[in-house]
Amino acid sequence: MSKAVRLKKGLDIKLLGEADQVKVDSKTPTMVALKPSDFHGLIPKVIIKEGEKVKRGEVVFYDKYNKDVKFVSPVSGTFSEIIRGEKRRILEVRIKVSDTDEVVQLDPVDPSSISREEVMKTMLENGLWPFLKQRPLDKIANPAVTPKAIFISAFDSSPLAPDYDFILHGQDQYFQHGLNALSKLTDGKVNLTLNAKGAPDNAFVNAKNVTINKISGKHPAGNVGTQIHHFDPIDKGEFVFTINPQDVVTIGKFFAEGRFDASRIIALTGSEAKNRKYYRTIIGTQLSSIVEGNLEQDNVRVISGNALTGEAVGKDGFLGFYDAQITVLPEGDDYKFFLTKGWLGPGFDKYSSHRLFPTWLMPNKKYRLDTNLNGEERGFVVTGEMEKVLPFDILPLQLIKAIMVNDIDAMEELGIYEVAPEDFALCEYVCTSKIDIQEKIREGLDVIEEECM
Amino acid sequence: MKALKKVIQNLDPKFEKGGKWEKMYPLYESLSTFLFTPKHVTKKGAHIRDGVDLKRTMFMVVLAMIPALLFGIYNTGHWHYELQSYLNPEQFGAYSDYMTGFGDKLLYGVLQVLPILIVSYGVGLGVEFIFGFMRGHGLHEGFLVSGMLIPLIMPADVPLWMVGVATAFAVVIGKEVFGGTGMNIVNVALTARAFLFFAYPTAMSGDKVWKSGTSDVIAQNGGVLPDGASGATALGDIASFVGDAPIVAGEALKAGSSSAELLQKFEGAYDPLHAIIGMIPGSVGETSVIAILLGAALLLFTGVASWRIILSFFAGGFAIGLLMNLIGANAYMDMPAYYHLIIGGFAFGAVFMATDPVTASQTQYGKLWYGFLGGGLAVLIRVLNPAYPEGVMLAILFMNVMAPLIDHYVVQANISRRKKRFKTA
Repeated sequence: MSKAVRLKKGLDIKLLGEADQVKVDSKTPTMVALKPSDFHGLIPKVIIKEGEKVKRGEVVFYDKYNKDVKFVSPVSGTFSEIIRGEKRRILEVRIKVSDTDEVVQLDPVDPSSISREEVMKTMLENGLWPFLKQRPLDKIANPAVTPKAIFISAFDSSPLAPDYDFILHGQDQYFQHGLNALSKLTDGKVNLTLNAKGAPDNAFVNAKNVTINKISGKHPAGNVGTQIHHFDPIDKGEFVFTINPQDVVTIGKFFAEGRFDASRIIALTGSEAKNRKYYRTIIGTQLSSIVEGNLEQDNVRVISGNALTGEAVGKDGFLGFYDAQITVLPEGDDYKFFLTKGWLGPGFDKYSSHRLFPTWLMPNKKYRLDTNLNGEERGFVVTGEMEKVLPFDILPLQLIKAIMVNDIDAMEELGIYEVAPEDFALCEYVCTSKIDIQEKIREGLDVIEEECM
Repeated sequence: MKALKKVIQNLDPKFEKGGKWEKMYPLYESLSTFLFTPKHVTKKGAHIRDGVDLKRTMFMVVLAMIPALLFGIYNTGHWHYELQSYLNPEQFGAYSDYMTGFGDKLLYGVLQVLPILIVSYGVGLGVEFIFGFMRGHGLHEGFLVSGMLIPLIMPADVPLWMVGVATAFAVVIGKEVFGGTGMNIVNVALTARAFLFFAYPTAMSGDKVWKSGTSDVIAQNGGVLPDGASGATALGDIASFVGDAPIVAGEALKAGSSSAELLQKFEGAYDPLHAIIGMIPGSVGETSVIAILLGAALLLFTGVASWRIILSFFAGGFAIGLLMNLIGANAYMDMPAYYHLIIGGFAFGAVFMATDPVTASQTQYGKLWYGFLGGGLAVLIRVLNPAYPEGVMLAILFMNVMAPLIDHYVVQANISRRKKRFKTA
């Protein structure tokens, strides 16, 4: 039974720099990296040695606390080096791309014809499992639990988001194959949520073996968290798996061809990027293969992901495991005189959800926003602003305060099991007191994981 | 501008940790961030942020109070000269007309009100800086609003040292002990007023403080007010109807007069239109409903104040006023309910005090209850306890304390609603 929901709350931040709907090949990267930091809480156990050759699809490391969850090399090449951070934490596992493409080849299987255990085994052994995330906690799905549902959002509503209808066009078969595999993992439904306002691609519209729901509204309508909340909310003790549509294709391809194909189409976006298009590239690619020569200026922030939840990786950084977008924004590390560009300025250059700025007069204007904090951190003063952009029946301020004072009971009651940091990205954006709210939500989830899971 | 920017750029490192003048950082930060939004960039989470910050938000509140301040300055001058017109009819006789002697009245008002404003800001910011130095941060913007509110809710004749003491008390005990801006339980400006109200009642209530210079006039006139003059406010007069000595604008009425007779006199002295325009004595900024509503319009338009609170505060006051009309046990209860909204500090409290987001209810439904109960309570205190002619201050302070309780019930409702989803599913 499909459902339709119309959201009234939310905020579409209109940025300059959308990607043109053209698909081009990126330069072949010389280096790729798997970043354990893409997977919250992961401690990797690297099993190959520096200088060793790896095939595409060969296991590079596994989760120290969950040995079944394995991560494979997206390319064929040579294991180059491990980049470590504080306390020798592994930040990046770098692999130098070789000219020849050696692949771990298995026999193709039709996921519909095999058991849940076999699907899981295939996914775990071949590095496909990490594509699945779980709620609560917003981290790699725990293979030991059976989710009550799987949610896939067929669109991304975040600023300058890539258009999945465009990306998945023509991939109907692989997508369906992937859905068939996923449907084995849950006793419940695989939910595919379409944008009620758009014209979804056939890959989505004709998908079978799934429940199709529709949602419309502003960001975060496209977040799986929003969709789960409205279609099948999570109670304590329940689990829902989530996955990006493009990763469903990757899984489908694996079953259909018997080998790991890390190719991915990503959008180059942001006001400071030139040649903004969709690039065919691979997971973990060094971003220089795409952004080199495509930057408007030097003082920019290159983000893997979107402007609200992505990670600043720099132009020599690597594409995040879950990301299908690069955003290039101007850095805001300059002083702004209070009467012209600062706090008392007319504010035509700022996009605000508050009517203290003329944003609302120009609903169609697109903005070139920089990374300035636009103020200083303060205690919470203004109330009611976050409620306007959070389309959940959750009291954001109260939940955040419960997290700040480490009140686990209150966190549970106020809905910590349903949320992920990305769902609060807009709350963070609008916050007058400039509090890092996504980080707070993550802290709360960490406490819950330690104490209650 | 570029030169100034360069200065800031060069100075910044000297005040940072490890810099030469590290200890002066709070002072420097406050001044430099006023001039220039610092070059801080987002480090975690969302890479872009809304243009709004607390400075802009608070500045809008200060701006919204300007009409009330300007009107209050003139009104202060007017009532000073109105009283003079009794004492010195030859010279100031014509000044009893509201618009006559505009310049004199304005000048007097400025000289009377500006020092209060300066003391309030001076002392308040001074205390804030001390705490800023102790905590190693610059000025937080909360007091920019409090510093403006305090003069507006004082009688114009309040001694300056009292303003200073009350402000210091309010900032320290009302706010900083709780952790500063955003952490306080009760409204800072109202704390200052409540402090004076209970510590120095003669300076804050009665019928000798509302028109500037009343005590001088009394002294020059041999210990009493000149015939026909009055120093009372509308609230003071209407409260007298409950006792044995009803009085309106200095004219003693017969005890035992009927409510209708008393109210007719009252309405004669305090014409509703005058009350709305603000041509009545009272605290500096509270008299003009029009000036206050101008501010309210700005606050609502910019979304800084909660319409829920303002609307429900007025609704609550009006509803309880009507209820009093129904009971009608005395002349005060019989006063038309709308009068409550236009005399005393009701409108000012509703727009500028109750809406303080830190001390009000923080949930959307809670705000409706908070406002409604606050407005209702204000009228209830006025009517049922004439010893406190101005119930608004006490009502809002009480509701500040009760706001977490209201929020508690809203939160509980949210929790049980969320739980219910799983039972029905």
